[in-house]
Amino acid sequence: MKKTHILGIIVIGIAIMIIVSTAGDASTYVSFDEAKALADKGNDNLIHVVGTLKKDAAGNVLGIEKSSDMLSFAFVMIDDKQNEQRVIYNEPMPADFMRSEQVVVIGAYKSDYFVADKILMKCPSKYQEEEVQVGSVLY
Amino acid sequence: MHYFVGNLGHLLVIGAFVLSLVSTFAYFQYTVSDEIEKPKWRNYARAVFYLHSIAIFGVVFALFYIINSQYFEYYYAYQHSSKLLPIYYQISCFWEGQEGSFLLWLFWNVLLGIIIINTNKFWEGPTMTVFSLVQSFLTSMILGIMLFDVKLGSSPFILLRDAISAPIFQINPDFIPEDGTGLNPLLQNYWMVIHPPTLFLGFATTMIPFAYAVSGLWIGKLREWVRPALPWALFSTLVLGVGILMGAYWAYETLNFGGYWNWDPVENAIYVPWLILVGSVHMMIVFRKSNTALKAALILTITTFISVLYATFLTRSGILGDSSVHSFTDLGLSGQLLIYLIAFVGLSVFLLIRAWKRIPSGEEEVSTYSREFWIFIGTTTLCLMGFQVIIPTSIPVYNAIVELFGGISNVAPPADQIGFYTKFQMWFAIALALLSGTGQFFYWKKMSPAELKDAMLMPVVVALILSSAVILISKMTAPAYMLLLTASVYSIVANLKILSTVIRSNYKLSGGSIAHIGVAMMLIGILFSSGYSKIVSMNNTGLIWHKDFPEEINRNNLLLFMHEPRDMGEYTLTYMGMRQKVKEVPGYVKAEDLEPLTIPGKAIARQDLTNDGHVYASEGDTVSYINQENSYFEVKYVRANGKEFTLYPRVQINETMNMIVYSPDIDRNIGQDLYTHVRTFPDPEEEVTWGDMEEKTVQVGEQFFVNDYVAQFEAVERIQNVPQVTLGEQDVAIKAKIKLMGSFGEYLAEPIYLIKDKLVGRIPDEVNDLAAKITLLNVNPEENNFTLGIHTRQKDWIILEAVEKPLINVLWIGTFLLVIGLSIAIHRRYGEFVKVRDKGLE
Repeated sequence: MKKTHILGIIVIGIAIMIIVSTAGDASTYVSFDEAKALADKGNDNLIHVVGTLKKDAAGNVLGIEKSSDMLSFAFVMIDDKQNEQRVIYNEPMPADFMRSEQVVVIGAYKSDYFVADKILMKCPSKYQEEEVQVGSVLY
Repeated sequence: MHYFVGNLGHLLVIGAFVLSLVSTFAYFQYTVSDEIEKPKWRNYARAVFYLHSIAIFGVVFALFYIINSQYFEYYYAYQHSSKLLPIYYQISCFWEGQEGSFLLWLFWNVLLGIIIINTNKFWEGPTMTVFSLVQSFLTSMILGIMLFDVKLGSSPFILLRDAISAPIFQINPDFIPEDGTGLNPLLQNYWMVIHPPTLFLGFATTMIPFAYAVSGLWIGKLREWVRPALPWALFSTLVLGVGILMGAYWAYETLNFGGYWNWDPVENAIYVPWLILVGSVHMMIVFRKSNTALKAALILTITTFISVLYATFLTRSGILGDSSVHSFTDLGLSGQLLIYLIAFVGLSVFLLIRAWKRIPSGEEEVSTYSREFWIFIGTTTLCLMGFQVIIPTSIPVYNAIVELFGGISNVAPPADQIGFYTKFQMWFAIALALLSGTGQFFYWKKMSPAELKDAMLMPVVVALILSSAVILISKMTAPAYMLLLTASVYSIVANLKILSTVIRSNYKLSGGSIAHIGVAMMLIGILFSSGYSKIVSMNNTGLIWHKDFPEEINRNNLLLFMHEPRDMGEYTLTYMGMRQKVKEVPGYVKAEDLEPLTIPGKAIARQDLTNDGHVYASEGDTVSYINQENSYFEVKYVRANGKEFTLYPRVQINETMNMIVYSPDIDRNIGQDLYTHVRTFPDPEEEVTWGDMEEKTVQVGEQFFVNDYVAQFEAVERIQNVPQVTLGEQDVAIKAKIKLMGSFGEYLAEPIYLIKDKLVGRIPDEVNDLAAKITLLNVNPEENNFTLGIHTRQKDWIILEAVEKPLINVLWIGTFLLVIGLSIAIHRRYGEFVKVRDKGLE
């Protein structure tokens, strides 16, 4: 066997390893009930859940609870299947959290709470603007 | 309404598009026609390309004119700019939008095309055919015309009323907004003025080696293309690398994720082409030296350009929407971008296959002791590095493909991106460091096993000694870190040894070793600043706020109340209050000393504004903010060894865009940076809740407590003028002077008591720093004393995170060395090309 062939085999081996490891470490987008089922089975991998904050009819965010030292907070999130879940986040509340239209939490269940490691927010950004400022009134 | 400039711009875009098509055709004819026809086609093709260039310059000018003249009837100006932006940020506005960044790319391509025309004799025809074809695709992205019900490109010259269907335009189609929505606050940074043009010049230059390679395949000059392509590939490596690192530095200075690299898909999408580009450079060098590896050089050069196109597709099609923290405009160009990508993949694969049999390749077995072997392994490592990054980055693409065929795919990128990528990239980096040290020995001389042992002995021993010392001092325990450190130190020592011999014979040959030293230093800088970055604001109060909260989770943030020192590791921190910057005063001024006026950007000084004892503005003067959106939190640090310094992390509140952006401040030292950023602070829009009023009866000279601070009732005086109140002849106003002793200086509270038209009025005075408000409630002449009302509230606070980043400067120094090394190499390789060209051979 030529050296280049051995090298080729090694390269292919590493490439396969990379693909397998990507498949293994890839997370999934799931709903809260699926996440709960996974956690009950003993699977503690971090998963992604997409949803929105719980709001009342007037659009006020409900169920926010800040720790006394303001260093962490909890909130209620509703996923795409309308499951409600309390989520705990061990960081101060991000500045634009209350305004977010959509939240993606990355984390896992710890007993009955979903503990988020990371929160991604989609805020109504300037790109979706459908309004024009005329004087001080929005049209 | 200023229709002319927009119509002109749009017309020029269409003109540029048509001209680029004509130029492609003309240059194609020039390349394939015989010697008699050639000059005619060449002159024609050049004229067309120059006209195309003029059209592109015109488009650039028109768009900038619209932004600069604040024509907010145009969507682009309205969306990306605003009245108060200084000229350098207007330049940033230009490329904030997708259309403008395509235009920037077109602009660079045109300049590079002109350089290619004027520096080549032989290669002009085929390379400019490729150039013009790329220009056609890029120009089509900003065409903005409807063709058979298909939207072709997105024009930057679209009017606001056509872009947004706001009701106002039905009432008044000629309505022009007063102001634009402004530049994204994250991009209001000097790096954003120079980072995008550098990056796009990097993108644009990857096309030049590609154009030479494709030309070589096309006209059958399978070997000759490498000579002119190599200096450009080196230049591209330099510009693209610097562009990426500028982005990293911008992220470090401006964003608050606490680092310079986040493995975000957008970063990955541009990291991969750079790796492949570096690989292609190495393959070209090997070919120039020993006539092997031509196939690899061709494939990698082509792949570099294709991967730039793929990166463009990933970042601009909106496909990364859910997986990236960057926000993208989806302009509906994904179809067009995909066609662009597929067209060039198809073209390259076709040309490669057609010429494959004729591409010379070294038949003899490569020896383990040859330079080709080691450089080839190094290049393979670079490609595997890129492969490892692009596979997970493309996860959204796999989902899209599965969904295209009706399936459901819910795969998400790895949750812990940094951990996931580091796991692989670190081992590749170790391999690269070892190879870049050893490969250099082979590069200069064919080596026998014994010679190699001699050459390597010194660097290996020195590297082992040096890195053992560092490992002991820094108490390093992770084996992978130890290996990376040792390998990098070895690479530095080995390359220094080579450098010391090479530089004596010919300094022009020193580029390689200097660049490799730079890379090894960058690896060491990354290892320490990321691997040993230490959160010093670790919260060790031991309080757990929720019984269900997992205990193992650490709290990385610190809550600081105004003027209350807190210990943090070897530092003592005190939050001193909010500051702002005005043009009239150097340094920072207290936010509460400024009363903002209704005119944007202006304020009235409530007190004399001083700096270092010098009064720059007196009470009542009007001053101008440098940027009214920015506020700074003054945080005083005292180190255990007595060293004192102050950091000013920033918050930028952009009301039109409804964004709050925090930026860090960094205490820079030779050995390490201390990086501090504020996570959150009391919402300025939230109503302040004052506690119940406490009544106190005091006499002149008496001492009492206000919010735990000592206060003294100094004096009472009758005043003639009360701000915003007109006093009549019967009216009386008196002012109490109360001195408060804060932890950091004295304050004066001056509540006013007045009788106007026989009615009593009270104007309280607030001492913001002490979170107290004092009202003069009553004057009691009989008892010769006064009744004060004291309100207190929660003190102002911030939550911050502080991180130590050791040896981050080694990363930046390494970057400079890489730039120097590459520059020397470009100089040398371009010289080689010029020599052969001037002999009339190419």
